[in-house]
Amino acid sequence: MQRFSSPKHFFEMSAKLIPWFAVSALLLGVYGFYMGLFVAPTDYQQGESYRIIFVHVPAAWMSLFIYVVMAISAAIGLIWQIRLADTIAAASAPIGAWFTFLALVTGSLWGKPMWGTYWVWDARLTSELILLFLYFGYMALQSAIEDQRTADKASGLLAIVGVVNIPIIHYSVEWWNTLHQGATVAKFDKPSMHIDMLIPLLVLAVAAKLFYATMVLVRARNEVLYRDRNRRWVRELIEKL
Amino acid sequence: MLKAFYYLLVRDLRLAFRSRHELANPLIFFVLVVTLFPLAVAPSEDLLRVMAPGVIWVSALLSVLLSLDRLFKQDYEDGSLDQLMLSPNPLVILVLAKVSAHWLLTGLPLVLIAPLLGLFMYVPDEALGVLVLSLLLGTPVLSLVGAIGVSLTVAVNRGGVLLSLIILPLYIPVLIFGANAVDVASDGLSVRGQMLFLGAMLALALSLAPLATAVALRITASR
Repeated sequence: MQRFSSPKHFFEMSAKLIPWFAVSALLLGVYGFYMGLFVAPTDYQQGESYRIIFVHVPAAWMSLFIYVVMAISAAIGLIWQIRLADTIAAASAPIGAWFTFLALVTGSLWGKPMWGTYWVWDARLTSELILLFLYFGYMALQSAIEDQRTADKASGLLAIVGVVNIPIIHYSVEWWNTLHQGATVAKFDKPSMHIDMLIPLLVLAVAAKLFYATMVLVRARNEVLYRDRNRRWVRELIEKL
Repeated sequence: MLKAFYYLLVRDLRLAFRSRHELANPLIFFVLVVTLFPLAVAPSEDLLRVMAPGVIWVSALLSVLLSLDRLFKQDYEDGSLDQLMLSPNPLVILVLAKVSAHWLLTGLPLVLIAPLLGLFMYVPDEALGVLVLSLLLGTPVLSLVGAIGVSLTVAVNRGGVLLSLIILPLYIPVLIFGANAVDVASDGLSVRGQMLFLGAMLALALSLAPLATAVALRITASR
């Protein structure tokens, strides 16, 4: 385990893994977008505008997924003192925040033709917004503390506290929404999805995961190099260049 | 252990009463913020009555947030926090004592003055009790959860905005149920569900937040 999680080993392993992840993310992405944007049938109620879900839904799934990954690796870093896990958590946060932002933007762009307004205090939109704030808090704490070890531990604990809170926030927002708003926004009953729409969606969800895997490895590699900039293995690496 | 809890509680209360002007500040802030709303919106009774639960709850939340600094800052600066961590007593108990003192000094006064603000904002009489009760259940959660945030940021220079950034999202559930309870009570409906939720959140925060705070303090002290 110690050898496996050493920065040097990670640096070498990730160099081999990144092309695989990147290429498969690209292939699945191209296939998924082609199927989704050109092949999948037009929705009988929403017309062509529904196609934004092929970006929106994977992004929304990723936003939550990445936060959970972040909290788990932060917990691993805190409990077993594995620095690599902290690095992964720190590298994940900006990617997760971007996915959350993307989900919000695509959601509101879709909302304009569908609901007639860019923003609705809908339960899901609201909890997505709060998730974005949780990411911001994590990143702010990470960058506010100068000592790297302390910053990792402190923001890691915050991520864990956040992940405990996410279900509570989600359900209270849902409750609040049903109590306050009720029928002001008549949401369409979701028609069960056509298989030609579902397949590209799932393909794109996998592509988004692979994209995240690629990006987190790239970012973590940079981070590892930066953090170990005074270690011998990095120096040797630089000398070789 | 209980003795340590008691002594620390008494110490914190005594220290606070030595500087009484500071003691009143969060309370004055609370009243002041609520007063701003009729001035900013319009002093119309219908409008204020609708806004009252939200305004009072948000102001209480901000007031607790601003007073959180007091929880560990001084102890961190003069080194008594390190002493507390070196003591053989479990840190969780000591944290609980400090948070209790904080709530007694800031949360409880807010609860007590809330009916007055309720009158300012035209909250119907039958909802005043619910307002007090919801704050009574909710403000300890604010202190407990806030303690995690303070212990993470106490060593950061100018950590005030940072603290709000990391803590406010975590306060949202309390805000929702607290304000909603008052809102529902104004319509004369039962608030059992909301109160049970607030109670559940208090139980959860009371059992988990001191643990997280203790871990956070050790992280802060380790630098």
